[in-house]
Amino acid sequence: MVEFAQQVVSGLASGSIYASLALAIVIIYRSTGVVNFAQGELATFTTFIAWTLIDHGLGYWLAFALTLVIAFVGGVALERIVVRPVEGGPVLTVVILTIGLFILLGGLSNWIWTAEVRSFPPNRPFPTSAWDIGGVAVSKQDAGILLVTLGLVVGLYLLFQHTKLGLAIRAAALNPTASRLVGVRVGWMLALGWGLAAAIGAVAGMFTAAAAPPLEPNMMRPVLIYAFAAAVLGGLASPVGAIVGGLTIGVMLNLIATYDTHVHLELDRMRLPIALAVILTVLLVRPAGLFGRAVVRRV
Amino acid sequence: MSRLTLARGGATVLALSVAIVAIFLAPRWDQVGDIKGAQMGVYFIAILGLNIVTGYTGQISLGHGAFMAIGGYTTAILVAEHGVRDLWTIPIAGLVAGAAGFLVGIPALRLSGLYLALATFGLAVAMPDLLSWDKLESVTKGGQAIQLFGSSDLTGKGFEDVSILGQTVTFTRAVYYLTWAVALVLLVVAWLLLRGPPGRAFRAVRDSEVAAASSGVNIAAYKTFAFAISAAYAGIAGSLLVIAVAFADPQSFPAKLSLTLLVGAVIAGLGSLWGALAGAAFIQFLPDAAVHISKAQGVPDAVYGAALILIVLLLPTGVAGGLRRALAPLTSRLYTRS
Repeated sequence: MVEFAQQVVSGLASGSIYASLALAIVIIYRSTGVVNFAQGELATFTTFIAWTLIDHGLGYWLAFALTLVIAFVGGVALERIVVRPVEGGPVLTVVILTIGLFILLGGLSNWIWTAEVRSFPPNRPFPTSAWDIGGVAVSKQDAGILLVTLGLVVGLYLLFQHTKLGLAIRAAALNPTASRLVGVRVGWMLALGWGLAAAIGAVAGMFTAAAAPPLEPNMMRPVLIYAFAAAVLGGLASPVGAIVGGLTIGVMLNLIATYDTHVHLELDRMRLPIALAVILTVLLVRPAGLFGRAVVRRV
Repeated sequence: MSRLTLARGGATVLALSVAIVAIFLAPRWDQVGDIKGAQMGVYFIAILGLNIVTGYTGQISLGHGAFMAIGGYTTAILVAEHGVRDLWTIPIAGLVAGAAGFLVGIPALRLSGLYLALATFGLAVAMPDLLSWDKLESVTKGGQAIQLFGSSDLTGKGFEDVSILGQTVTFTRAVYYLTWAVALVLLVVAWLLLRGPPGRAFRAVRDSEVAAASSGVNIAAYKTFAFAISAAYAGIAGSLLVIAVAFADPQSFPAKLSLTLLVGAVIAGLGSLWGALAGAAFIQFLPDAAVHISKAQGVPDAVYGAALILIVLLLPTGVAGGLRRALAPLTSRLYTRS
């Protein structure tokens, strides 16, 4: 029982990272109806920026905050420059564009920072010690990551539900034409969505480098697949679903790896195929996911 | 002469000239050139397949590298373990990969194209791990490479010379001819398929699902069919790749391969068959050219990505579409009587 609780706790920590990347994907999907395949590479890129900042002598949390700002601005710029021209075009075109961004950003990370293996951050953001709760070791880093993620969700909730800006963003996503008529600057709202997503992705990137070192250009590839599985499980359009889905995937992967030692399916290195199986199963059984509403199209 | 006859004649002339150029250029190359030419043929076939599903049916697949892996492994296993002659494994590889495409397509194709992109992307990323799964060790050697070198069922066992049609050529040259012969057959098959009723249905699905359904096109069936055919093309490409290098391992089919193929298809111009030639040449020779910019890792990827974005933004119909538009003032005279 203690082992079970232990695995759940550490699964929640990695799951919260998947959840934040899934949240970034969901934010863009809600506002533009497109999945951003470059979200993971964008996160890696911004994490490298954070590494460079710290390398120049900044403290971790200062670099953290600065990276969020840079990521936000970068996300807004990407939307305005690259995505804007094909806005409202076929889904296929936009998806190909984000694949282009995926390849470009991955190449740039490799080019600028090389595939050299780095430890990031050099000094850990959270204490390395752990609390002992009834025999279950809860590391302060895991708790910290979970808390920051939850803080992000609460912050986003407040932004979307209790500010005029959040209302405008939701309106622009729901009905662009009507929003434009009442004075919402729809284009900028979509760009804001990209900026927010990039910033949240940066958090996921920096925490991935801390929780599952080292920092290297391909770091977010598997995390992106887990985040996709989380987002699809949660319903792709639901932020709450992304969080629940991310935590579920994190705990599930951990439990499967642990209890596989009794079943011997050798699933330890099969995490990506398991995530793929989750995606395919959800699409077959309940395409709307746990929290999504089935889409009904009027013809 | 009707426009259709002209178009038909044009396509035939094009296919023939490709064949002639390929046969006459070949003797000038060394063995590395042969292998690069053969690889380009492999990309050509895979891009052709990707074009059927993405260009003509409007369904995006980010996982064609995974179907190449399935085809390649089919060939490797049949030749190495079961002593099947390599040439016979090519159609079998196509069938197996096609069946796999059918299975993957069923859940995703009933939904929006976005879900297919997600599922196939997951497949591309997960495929190397799947091939390395210990439980599949009896089938796939659990991630260890399958060597075909020296197998008596391989054309040119130990890379020695091969005789075709009474002529003796090097193994690499034989592989080159084999790849492009298959490529030409598949080009003609694709052309016949796409100009007939299936092609019309594919395009109808792409342009408006509602209109297609109203006209009695079974959307799910045609999407699944297109996807299976397309996966079969990729499987044949993978099979030829394995025959060319006499070797198969999970790292030969990384997730990047799938994305590279998409780059090729978009560069070529989605919805253009002969454009696949330009796309294949681009992804085969770009890494060689990118070395001149900088030898740093990641440079080819940065160029691929930038090229893909620029093409989508500036030349949405790809190289083929751009050329077609540029030449339109010349060729339109052939079609219109004035």
